[in-house]
Amino acid sequence: MQLKYIDDFRDPATAKALVERIRGDAGDAPVRLMEVCGTHTVAIARGGIRPLLAGAVTMLSGPGCPVCVTPDGYIDAAIALGTKRGALLASFGDMLRVPGKSSSLEKEKGMGLEVRVVYSPLDAVTLAAATPDREVVFLGVGFETTAPAIGGAIKTAAVRGVENFSVLTSVRTIPEAMGVLAADPEVRIEGFLCPAHVSVVIGTDAYRPVAQRYGIPCVVAGFEPLDILMGISMLLRQKKEGVARVENEYSRVATAAGNRKAQDLIRDVFVPCDTGWRGIGVIPGSGLRIADRYASFDAEKKFGHPVVFAMEGSACRCGDVLKGKILPVNCPLFGKACVPEEPYGPCMVSSEGTCAAYYKYGAV
Amino acid sequence: MCLGVPAKILETGDGAAVVELGGVRREISVMLIDDVSVGEWVIVHAGFAIEKLSEEEAEQTLALFREIADAT
Repeated sequence: MQLKYIDDFRDPATAKALVERIRGDAGDAPVRLMEVCGTHTVAIARGGIRPLLAGAVTMLSGPGCPVCVTPDGYIDAAIALGTKRGALLASFGDMLRVPGKSSSLEKEKGMGLEVRVVYSPLDAVTLAAATPDREVVFLGVGFETTAPAIGGAIKTAAVRGVENFSVLTSVRTIPEAMGVLAADPEVRIEGFLCPAHVSVVIGTDAYRPVAQRYGIPCVVAGFEPLDILMGISMLLRQKKEGVARVENEYSRVATAAGNRKAQDLIRDVFVPCDTGWRGIGVIPGSGLRIADRYASFDAEKKFGHPVVFAMEGSACRCGDVLKGKILPVNCPLFGKACVPEEPYGPCMVSSEGTCAAYYKYGAV
Repeated sequence: MCLGVPAKILETGDGAAVVELGGVRREISVMLIDDVSVGEWVIVHAGFAIEKLSEEEAEQTLALFREIADAT
């Protein structure tokens, strides 16, 4: 079956033409570009795009996998709410295997912890409404793409009076993290391939400070192979012209101003805060916590159980992978003590983690 | 995790709509977008339509791709 607006953006002949166009624009040394988003990382690995561009472009993978950058203290707090406070947990499926300090939701589930996997945060509200004698805690992890959905669930619970519903949030915002990477002289990024759906919500104008302040070209691109190749080509054209601006390849969905309704909802339910990124550290203003007017839906407040952030010390180099400083193969644990079946670091856990994508599709 | 899937609106109702996702009919929330109509395309993420898809913009991007493919 032909999938409209998906298969159209996967045509091999056009991909070949775009690769030629990119190679034609490339200079002597490979251009260092970063795909910020984990969904791009997987699409690039699955599409075999890195080897196609070898020598012309080096694609670094960024910190844009929400599961990977969620600190272990968050997992520990979630487990504690379930095991010590008797909460019924509801989570996106990819959080289950993320290691906390000594355990994971999946391991605890094997020992009796109740965790329900949901597709939508609204499903967790429905679950709470159906089980009024239980406290249901939704593990609200995500970036700006998911923040409106988490906020929408909180508002829905407020309107319906579902008082046994709350959210343990781990919500982060991308432009602040890009600013940190742009300012890091060790990373040396010459262009950002900006996320598709984060940009749909926040608008492509959100990257203008990064482009202007650091002189780094930014192109928002969709997640299909032709989108990615076109986005890379647009970044190379900017470099060739010696400009650094924000361009939008994903114009079929993303706009300059973004989704105002989603932004209003985020502003209503959340307030910006400083937050810790696993392996990276605390980035000022890069988190969203639940606003005081919705405090009764904030699991940290409701149960008096704050998430504690600490930088973990180990041989795991996920932090350097998330910042594009090293490739997964340069980590001493990669493929040895850390494999998808028995992940050590968060980048190997999520299917969108850089290490998992490299492991599955070949370390190229 | 930020994956979003293009889906066509089949039915609309009070803050919700029915779409077809991978051959399965599913109800989604449309509280994040304005006035959606049957036949329009949206991007669905975590049970919410996060934006409409502009068929006109999609055609323009595809036309540009054809131009590049024809030029090589």
